[in-house]
Amino acid sequence: MNIFGISALKNFITLGSTPTADNSLFMMIEGALQIIICLVFILVFIVSVRDAKQTAISINKGNIPNRAFKNVVRLVIDKGFAYLLTVPAYIMMIIAIVFPVLVTICIAFSNYDFKHIPPAKLLDWVGFENFKNIFILSSYRATFLKVFIWTVIWTLVATTLQIALGIFSAILCHQNFVKLKRIFGVIFLLPWAVPSFITIMSFSNMFNDSAGAINTQIIPILNYLPFVNIGMIPWKTDPNWTKAAIIMVQCWLGFPYVYVLVTSILQSIPIDVYEAATIDGVNAWQRFTNITFPSIILIAAPTFITQYTGNFNNFSVIYLFNNGGPGSLGNNAGTTDILISWVYKMTTGGSPQYSVVASILLIISAVVIGVSMIVFKQTHALNLED
Amino acid sequence: MNSSASRKKILIQIITYTILVFISLTILYPLAITVISAFMPGNLMAFKLNISSKWTLENFNRLINTTLYVTWYRNTLTIALFTMLIQLIIVSLAGYTYSRFRFSGRKNSLKFFLIVQMIPTMAAFTAFYVMGLMINGLDKYWYITLIYIGGGIPMNTWLMRGYFDTVPISLDEAARIEGAGRLRVFWQIILPLVRPMIAVQALWAFMTPFGEYMLARFLLRSSDALTVSVGLQTFVADPRTQKVALFAAGAILVSLPIVILFFVLQKNFVSGLTSGGAKE
Repeated sequence: MNIFGISALKNFITLGSTPTADNSLFMMIEGALQIIICLVFILVFIVSVRDAKQTAISINKGNIPNRAFKNVVRLVIDKGFAYLLTVPAYIMMIIAIVFPVLVTICIAFSNYDFKHIPPAKLLDWVGFENFKNIFILSSYRATFLKVFIWTVIWTLVATTLQIALGIFSAILCHQNFVKLKRIFGVIFLLPWAVPSFITIMSFSNMFNDSAGAINTQIIPILNYLPFVNIGMIPWKTDPNWTKAAIIMVQCWLGFPYVYVLVTSILQSIPIDVYEAATIDGVNAWQRFTNITFPSIILIAAPTFITQYTGNFNNFSVIYLFNNGGPGSLGNNAGTTDILISWVYKMTTGGSPQYSVVASILLIISAVVIGVSMIVFKQTHALNLED
Repeated sequence: MNSSASRKKILIQIITYTILVFISLTILYPLAITVISAFMPGNLMAFKLNISSKWTLENFNRLINTTLYVTWYRNTLTIALFTMLIQLIIVSLAGYTYSRFRFSGRKNSLKFFLIVQMIPTMAAFTAFYVMGLMINGLDKYWYITLIYIGGGIPMNTWLMRGYFDTVPISLDEAARIEGAGRLRVFWQIILPLVRPMIAVQALWAFMTPFGEYMLARFLLRSSDALTVSVGLQTFVADPRTQKVALFAAGAILVSLPIVILFFVLQKNFVSGLTSGGAKE
């Protein structure tokens, strides 16, 4: 096996020539690994050249470098200590994030799918073919568009609701006269503390059309109220009701985090600000829009954005609640699937479409990174102090 | 005038309490249903709030003796402990370095952390599969542990650095003047001061393998190699052989320790959330 060196790069370009003897997939991975090794090597090289230049300048100025072994060791420990301590973090990040992303990019530009499984078949580079297929090929385009639109709606509605509920409950609970703040606080934290897959699966069971607790217990109770008369709701078989249900479940799961954050912000706003406003005759709503809300946004904006990007990729609620169903949009997608769960089904299903999946994953990442970048720019998180 | 103002106040109080109680009930109801179902005898078809029947531990008995639950739990615990330990060591070293040392390339590498942190771990799961295939990592704990550790590093290093920044650097300098070595300053003086953040990160790292479903389902295949989340899902996945009561019993055994840890460490959360995240 040619794992390293020029041959790995050569194989990376050709992806092998004889089926079964050459495993294109492994050649691709080895090539990607070789690229990273080359990059690290170049980085080290540049640093060494720079260091040599600095040493040369210092020699020209008349300083004679102390080459005694003891001195060199001391220098390495002193100057290199910082690098030494961060090396493990870098190694782990490269293994678990950078390298896999590189491999994903490679797969996205190849024709790796259930018809081309190495080593029986060879893989080929196909350029932007997969991306073109997603946007042009009618069967994919229709599915992709529908799934993408629902993903965006889901992200905006579910996240905005969970943030609104978090802020609302925090403000409500923060009022001076509220007794038992501790107890409410503990209860409001429970959805965050219990592992989410457990609550999602429980909810999935409770929303069962015929036997679930919502249809057999909650709705009959609601019907006791005046003017309320609801029948059995097809939570699991009607796409719109499933969508409503998962948005409610996500609100339930997501609001405690916002609640905790906002509560701590509210505690940091000085009371005299409110007192002054009250004396000036400002009403409660104006106090909220002019004092409370801006203070919350100022501190919590980055966190809120991560909530949006998190829900954009919120696999478990969609997949575990109703398996992306009911019904189908073609290409393995169900009516409530978001991009990430659709892609998951395309990978684990009967005829995996690895290359198309990889290209969609790249699109998802581009969206998430793009949004985060804009926000980080806005909030100046990238302007580091020194 | 005065009485109408006080009437308004009382009205606001009533509305506030009504809403707070309503939210509390909405939270407690589904949790109560799951907990109670775990103690109900017979074959449940679906969760219902039903406290009239006799309570029994039969479900726990069946769970432990007739299913692979104990194996799954042990698997998850192993993965969780290693993830937590290794990630904590790496993250606290890196966070300390970025907070305390000024070295060339520091700014750029911090930006690198921030950008890598934006990449969703899920973005690479086809690659995880293919890599696993190649290095024989599918169905192996070390492989998924490696991915869990790596995935948490960029964000957590960033938070950790923010928290280290809140400890005044004069403390380091004073200790250095007194003659303490670098490692000793880190270990004996600075580390104890960031204990709240360490606790929070330990909990998060520990919770990940218990709550994560997508990767675990994809990378661990054979039935005795599963983690609890994937294992428990098999109880409710097939509508015909639903073992709802067993699921409920298993869910309690998973949630209880996590919820307890969560509330013990809860006080640290807030300081971690606000000081680490929003700091520049």
